[in-house]
Amino acid sequence: MNWDLVREVVASAFFLTGSALVLIAAIGMVRFPDLLSRLHAATKPQVLGIILMMNGLALSLASWQVGWKVMPVIIFQLATAPVAAHMVGRAGYRTNKIRYDLMGVDELSQDLAAVREENDDPQA
Amino acid sequence: MSTPTITPPAPSGLRARLNRWPMLLWMTALWVLLWGDLTLANVLAGFGVAVLLLLLAPMPAVGYVGRVSILGTVWLLAKFILDVLLASVEVSKMALHPLRPPEGGVIRIPLRSESDVILTLTGVFTSLVPGSIIVEAHRFTGTLYVHVLDLPTSGGAEAFRQQVLRQERRLLYALASQEDLARAGLPRRRWWGGPGKGSDR
Repeated sequence: MNWDLVREVVASAFFLTGSALVLIAAIGMVRFPDLLSRLHAATKPQVLGIILMMNGLALSLASWQVGWKVMPVIIFQLATAPVAAHMVGRAGYRTNKIRYDLMGVDELSQDLAAVREENDDPQA
Repeated sequence: MSTPTITPPAPSGLRARLNRWPMLLWMTALWVLLWGDLTLANVLAGFGVAVLLLLLAPMPAVGYVGRVSILGTVWLLAKFILDVLLASVEVSKMALHPLRPPEGGVIRIPLRSESDVILTLTGVFTSLVPGSIIVEAHRFTGTLYVHVLDLPTSGGAEAFRQQVLRQERRLLYALASQEDLARAGLPRRRWWGGPGKGSDR
Protein backbone atom coordinates (compact mmCIF):
# COMPACT_ATOMS: atom_id res chain seq x y z
CA MET A 1 0.00 0.00 0.00
CA ASN A 2 1.35 3.36 -1.02
CA TRP A 3 0.56 5.78 1.79
CA ASP A 4 1.79 8.83 -0.04
CA LEU A 5 -0.70 8.10 -2.80
CA VAL A 6 -3.54 7.59 -0.30
CA ARG A 7 -2.65 10.88 1.35
CA GLU A 8 -2.61 12.71 -1.97
CA VAL A 9 -5.99 11.29 -2.95
CA VAL A 10 -7.60 12.20 0.37
CA ALA A 11 -6.08 15.70 0.26
CA SER A 12 -7.34 16.21 -3.29
CA ALA A 13 -10.81 15.10 -2.23
CA PHE A 14 -10.73 17.71 0.56
CA PHE A 15 -9.58 20.41 -1.86
CA LEU A 16 -12.24 19.56 -4.43
CA THR A 17 -15.14 19.45 -1.94
CA GLY A 18 -13.94 22.63 -0.29
CA SER A 19 -13.66 24.50 -3.57
CA ALA A 20 -17.03 23.14 -4.72
CA LEU A 21 -18.62 24.58 -1.58
CA VAL A 22 -17.07 27.98 -2.19
CA LEU A 23 -18.21 27.87 -5.84
CA ILE A 24 -21.75 27.03 -4.72
CA ALA A 25 -21.56 29.93 -2.29
CA ALA A 26 -20.70 32.25 -5.18
CA ILE A 27 -23.61 30.89 -7.22
CA GLY A 28 -25.89 31.40 -4.22
CA MET A 29 -24.69 34.99 -3.92
CA VAL A 30 -25.82 35.67 -7.46
CA ARG A 31 -29.06 33.73 -7.36
CA PHE A 32 -30.56 34.50 -3.95
CA PRO A 33 -33.06 37.34 -4.03
CA ASP A 34 -32.26 39.62 -1.08
CA LEU A 35 -29.60 40.79 1.36
CA LEU A 36 -30.28 38.32 4.15
CA SER A 37 -30.42 35.21 1.99
CA ARG A 38 -27.29 36.36 0.14
CA LEU A 39 -25.57 36.72 3.47
CA HIS A 40 -26.26 33.05 4.08
CA ALA A 41 -24.44 32.18 0.89
CA ALA A 42 -21.64 34.67 1.54
CA THR A 43 -20.78 33.57 5.05
CA LYS A 44 -21.74 29.96 5.56
CA PRO A 45 -20.41 27.51 2.99
CA GLN A 46 -16.99 29.00 3.73
CA VAL A 47 -17.11 27.57 7.20
CA LEU A 48 -17.11 23.98 5.99
CA GLY A 49 -15.24 24.90 2.80
CA ILE A 50 -12.28 26.44 4.60
CA ILE A 51 -12.09 23.61 7.12
CA LEU A 52 -11.95 21.09 4.29
CA MET A 53 -9.35 23.06 2.33
CA MET A 54 -7.16 23.60 5.39
CA ASN A 55 -7.33 19.88 6.11
CA GLY A 56 -6.35 19.20 2.53
CA LEU A 57 -3.45 21.62 2.80
CA ALA A 58 -2.14 20.05 5.99
CA LEU A 59 -2.47 16.59 4.49
CA SER A 60 -0.84 17.32 1.15
CA LEU A 61 2.10 19.15 2.69
CA ALA A 62 2.35 16.44 5.34
CA SER A 63 4.08 18.69 7.79
CA TRP A 64 3.21 19.01 11.45
CA GLN A 65 4.22 22.61 11.37
CA VAL A 66 1.55 23.42 8.78
CA GLY A 67 -0.90 21.08 10.48
CA TRP A 68 -0.70 23.06 13.69
CA LYS A 69 -0.67 26.42 11.98
CA VAL A 70 -3.88 25.55 10.21
CA MET A 71 -5.71 25.30 13.52
CA PRO A 72 -5.80 28.98 14.44
CA VAL A 73 -6.95 29.71 10.88
CA ILE A 74 -9.96 27.47 11.43
CA ILE A 75 -10.58 28.74 14.95
CA PHE A 76 -10.58 32.38 13.91
CA GLN A 77 -12.71 31.65 10.88
CA LEU A 78 -15.26 29.98 13.16
CA ALA A 79 -15.08 32.81 15.68
CA THR A 80 -15.36 35.71 13.24
CA ALA A 81 -17.80 34.48 10.56
CA PRO A 82 -20.90 34.64 12.83
CA VAL A 83 -19.97 38.12 14.08
CA ALA A 84 -19.47 39.44 10.55
CA ALA A 85 -22.76 37.93 9.41
CA HIS A 86 -24.54 39.32 12.45
CA MET A 87 -23.20 42.83 11.98
CA VAL A 88 -24.13 42.99 8.28
CA GLY A 89 -27.52 41.41 8.89
CA ARG A 90 -28.31 43.71 11.78
CA ALA A 91 -27.23 46.82 9.91
CA GLY A 92 -29.26 45.75 6.88
CA TYR A 93 -32.29 45.12 9.01
CA ARG A 94 -32.07 48.43 10.80
CA THR A 95 -31.65 50.43 7.62
CA ASN A 96 -34.53 48.67 5.85
CA LYS A 97 -32.38 46.98 3.25
CA ILE A 98 -34.56 43.92 3.71
CA ARG A 99 -37.13 42.51 1.31
CA TYR A 100 -39.90 42.11 3.86
CA ASP A 101 -42.23 40.86 1.16
CA LEU A 102 -40.08 37.74 0.66
CA MET A 103 -40.33 36.62 4.25
CA GLY A 104 -43.02 34.24 5.38
CA VAL A 105 -42.58 35.06 9.05
CA ASP A 106 -40.98 38.15 10.57
CA GLU A 107 -41.24 38.14 14.31
CA LEU A 108 -38.63 40.84 14.81
CA SER A 109 -40.69 43.39 12.87
CA GLN A 110 -43.72 42.39 14.92
CA ASP A 111 -41.83 42.90 18.17
CA LEU A 112 -40.27 46.16 17.06
CA ALA A 113 -43.70 47.45 16.05
CA ALA A 114 -45.06 46.42 19.46
CA VAL A 115 -42.26 48.26 21.27
CA ARG A 116 -42.75 51.32 19.10
CA GLU A 117 -46.45 51.36 19.94
CA GLU A 118 -45.71 50.98 23.63
CA ASN A 119 -43.30 53.90 23.66
CA ASP A 120 -45.54 55.87 21.32
CA ASP A 121 -42.40 57.13 19.70
CA PRO A 122 -42.28 57.10 15.91
CA GLN A 123 -38.50 57.55 15.97
CA ALA A 124 -37.78 54.41 17.98
CA MET B 1 -37.06 36.83 32.14
CA SER B 2 -33.77 37.73 33.71
CA THR B 3 -32.54 40.72 35.60
CA PRO B 4 -29.89 42.56 33.62
CA THR B 5 -26.45 41.69 34.86
CA ILE B 6 -23.69 44.24 34.88
CA THR B 7 -20.48 43.32 33.13
CA PRO B 8 -17.90 42.80 35.83
CA PRO B 9 -15.11 45.38 35.77
CA ALA B 10 -11.66 44.49 34.54
CA PRO B 11 -9.65 42.97 37.34
CA SER B 12 -7.55 45.43 39.24
CA GLY B 13 -4.35 44.62 41.02
CA LEU B 14 -1.41 42.62 39.82
CA ARG B 15 -2.50 39.37 41.42
CA ALA B 16 -6.00 39.47 40.03
CA ARG B 17 -4.66 40.14 36.56
CA LEU B 18 -2.11 37.38 36.66
CA ASN B 19 -4.78 35.08 37.99
CA ARG B 20 -6.22 34.84 34.50
CA TRP B 21 -4.09 31.84 33.71
CA PRO B 22 -6.36 30.24 31.07
CA MET B 23 -5.97 33.42 29.02
CA LEU B 24 -2.19 33.26 29.51
CA LEU B 25 -2.17 29.65 28.42
CA TRP B 26 -4.25 30.38 25.32
CA MET B 27 -2.16 33.36 24.25
CA THR B 28 1.06 31.46 24.72
CA ALA B 29 -0.33 28.52 22.75
CA LEU B 30 -1.43 30.85 19.96
CA TRP B 31 2.01 32.47 19.83
CA VAL B 32 3.67 29.10 19.50
CA LEU B 33 1.12 28.02 16.86
CA LEU B 34 1.78 31.14 14.81
CA TRP B 35 5.52 30.64 14.91
CA GLY B 36 4.91 27.01 14.14
CA ASP B 37 7.80 25.71 16.21
CA LEU B 38 7.63 24.30 19.68
CA THR B 39 10.90 25.54 21.10
CA LEU B 40 11.75 26.79 24.56
CA ALA B 41 12.52 30.25 23.19
CA ASN B 42 9.12 30.47 21.51
CA VAL B 43 7.27 29.35 24.61
CA LEU B 44 9.12 31.86 26.79
CA ALA B 45 8.66 34.71 24.32
CA GLY B 46 4.97 33.87 23.95
CA PHE B 47 4.54 33.74 27.70
CA GLY B 48 6.25 37.08 28.08
CA VAL B 49 4.02 38.71 25.47
CA ALA B 50 0.94 37.17 27.10
CA VAL B 51 1.87 38.51 30.54
CA LEU B 52 2.56 41.92 29.06
CA LEU B 53 -0.81 41.98 27.30
CA LEU B 54 -2.66 40.93 30.44
CA LEU B 55 -0.94 43.68 32.40
CA LEU B 56 -1.35 46.43 29.83
CA ALA B 57 -4.69 45.60 28.26
CA PRO B 58 -6.80 43.46 30.57
CA MET B 59 -10.17 42.48 29.14
CA PRO B 60 -13.17 42.47 31.46
CA ALA B 61 -13.81 39.06 32.95
CA VAL B 62 -16.72 37.27 31.32
CA GLY B 63 -18.10 36.59 34.75
CA TYR B 64 -18.93 33.00 34.02
CA VAL B 65 -18.77 30.34 36.65
CA GLY B 66 -19.75 27.03 35.26
CA ARG B 67 -18.71 23.45 35.22
CA VAL B 68 -17.37 21.93 32.05
CA SER B 69 -18.62 18.46 31.32
CA ILE B 70 -16.29 16.57 29.02
CA LEU B 71 -18.93 14.18 27.70
CA GLY B 72 -21.39 17.03 27.33
CA THR B 73 -18.81 18.94 25.30
CA VAL B 74 -18.03 15.94 23.12
CA TRP B 75 -21.76 15.53 22.38
CA LEU B 76 -22.08 19.26 21.70
CA LEU B 77 -19.22 19.26 19.18
CA ALA B 78 -20.22 15.97 17.52
CA LYS B 79 -23.79 17.17 16.98
CA PHE B 80 -22.45 20.52 15.78
CA ILE B 81 -20.22 18.94 13.14
CA LEU B 82 -23.09 16.74 11.98
CA ASP B 83 -25.39 19.77 11.78
CA VAL B 84 -22.85 21.76 9.77
CA LEU B 85 -22.40 18.89 7.28
CA LEU B 86 -26.12 18.30 6.80
CA ALA B 87 -27.00 21.98 6.65
CA SER B 88 -24.22 22.69 4.12
CA VAL B 89 -25.81 20.17 1.79
CA GLU B 90 -29.24 21.76 2.31
CA VAL B 91 -28.01 25.29 1.61
CA SER B 92 -26.06 24.07 -1.45
CA LYS B 93 -29.20 22.43 -2.80
CA MET B 94 -31.05 25.67 -2.18
CA ALA B 95 -28.41 27.68 -4.05
CA LEU B 96 -28.53 25.35 -7.05
CA HIS B 97 -32.26 24.70 -7.15
CA PRO B 98 -33.42 25.84 -10.59
CA LEU B 99 -36.90 27.05 -9.70
CA ARG B 100 -37.76 27.50 -6.06
CA PRO B 101 -36.37 30.63 -4.39
CA PRO B 102 -35.72 30.37 -0.65
CA GLU B 103 -38.57 31.37 1.59
CA GLY B 104 -36.97 32.95 4.61
CA GLY B 105 -38.20 34.39 7.85
CA VAL B 106 -37.05 35.96 11.08
CA ILE B 107 -37.86 33.86 14.12
CA ARG B 108 -37.94 35.02 17.72
CA ILE B 109 -36.33 32.60 20.17
CA PRO B 110 -36.52 33.35 23.88
CA LEU B 111 -33.71 31.36 25.50
CA ARG B 112 -34.06 29.66 28.84
CA SER B 113 -30.70 30.55 30.32
CA GLU B 114 -29.89 33.91 31.88
CA SER B 115 -26.18 33.77 31.14
CA ASP B 116 -24.61 36.17 28.65
CA VAL B 117 -22.06 33.51 27.77
CA ILE B 118 -24.71 30.97 26.89
CA LEU B 119 -26.63 33.59 24.88
CA THR B 120 -23.48 34.44 22.93
CA LEU B 121 -22.41 30.86 22.38
CA THR B 122 -25.90 29.78 21.33
CA GLY B 123 -25.83 32.64 18.82
CA VAL B 124 -22.40 31.68 17.53
CA PHE B 125 -23.20 27.98 17.21
CA THR B 126 -26.58 28.67 15.58
CA SER B 127 -24.97 31.12 13.22
CA LEU B 128 -22.18 28.72 12.21
CA VAL B 129 -24.70 26.15 11.05
CA PRO B 130 -25.53 27.14 7.46
CA GLY B 131 -29.02 28.46 6.89
CA SER B 132 -29.36 30.67 9.96
CA ILE B 133 -28.06 34.16 10.81
CA ILE B 134 -28.56 36.06 14.04
CA VAL B 135 -30.20 39.34 13.09
CA GLU B 136 -30.65 40.67 16.59
CA ALA B 137 -29.71 39.53 20.07
CA HIS B 138 -31.50 41.11 22.97
CA ARG B 139 -29.47 40.69 26.09
CA PHE B 140 -31.87 41.79 28.80
CA THR B 141 -34.60 39.41 27.75
CA GLY B 142 -32.20 36.71 26.53
CA THR B 143 -33.86 36.64 23.13
CA LEU B 144 -32.31 35.79 19.77
CA TYR B 145 -33.84 36.81 16.46
CA VAL B 146 -32.65 34.44 13.79
CA HIS B 147 -33.06 34.74 10.05
CA VAL B 148 -33.68 31.34 8.50
CA LEU B 149 -32.74 30.95 4.85
CA ASP B 150 -35.55 28.59 4.01
CA LEU B 151 -38.29 27.82 6.50
CA PRO B 152 -39.80 24.79 4.68
CA THR B 153 -36.50 22.83 4.82
CA SER B 154 -36.20 23.64 8.53
CA GLY B 155 -39.71 22.30 9.07
CA GLY B 156 -41.34 25.63 9.85
CA ALA B 157 -40.90 28.32 12.47
CA GLU B 158 -41.76 26.25 15.51
CA ALA B 159 -39.49 23.35 14.54
CA PHE B 160 -36.63 25.77 14.02
CA ARG B 161 -37.24 27.42 17.39
CA GLN B 162 -37.05 24.00 19.05
CA GLN B 163 -33.85 23.26 17.15
CA VAL B 164 -32.15 26.37 18.56
CA LEU B 165 -33.47 25.63 22.04
CA ARG B 166 -31.92 22.15 21.80
CA GLN B 167 -28.63 23.80 20.77
CA GLU B 168 -28.81 25.96 23.89
CA ARG B 169 -29.65 22.90 25.96
CA ARG B 170 -26.60 21.03 24.67
CA LEU B 171 -24.46 24.07 25.50
CA LEU B 172 -25.90 24.21 28.99
CA TYR B 173 -25.23 20.54 29.58
CA ALA B 174 -21.69 21.02 28.30
CA LEU B 175 -20.79 24.18 30.23
CA ALA B 176 -23.26 25.21 32.91
CA SER B 177 -23.31 24.38 36.60
CA GLN B 178 -26.16 22.41 38.17
CA GLU B 179 -27.57 25.64 39.58
CA ASP B 180 -27.63 27.26 36.15
CA LEU B 181 -29.39 24.20 34.77
CA ALA B 182 -31.98 24.36 37.53
CA ARG B 183 -32.53 28.06 36.90
CA ALA B 184 -33.06 27.37 33.20
CA GLY B 185 -35.67 24.80 34.22
CA LEU B 186 -33.71 21.76 33.04
CA PRO B 187 -33.22 18.45 34.86
CA ARG B 188 -29.99 17.88 36.76
CA ARG B 189 -26.93 16.70 34.87
CA ARG B 190 -25.97 13.09 35.48
CA TRP B 191 -22.51 11.62 35.47
CA TRP B 192 -22.46 11.14 31.71
CA GLY B 193 -22.99 14.83 31.19
CA GLY B 194 -26.58 14.61 30.04
CA PRO B 195 -29.95 15.03 31.69
CA GLY B 196 -31.84 12.29 33.50
CA LYS B 197 -34.23 9.92 31.78
CA GLY B 198 -37.09 11.17 29.66
CA SER B 199 -34.78 13.44 27.75
CA ASP B 200 -35.16 13.78 24.00
CA ARG B 201 -31.76 15.04 23.14
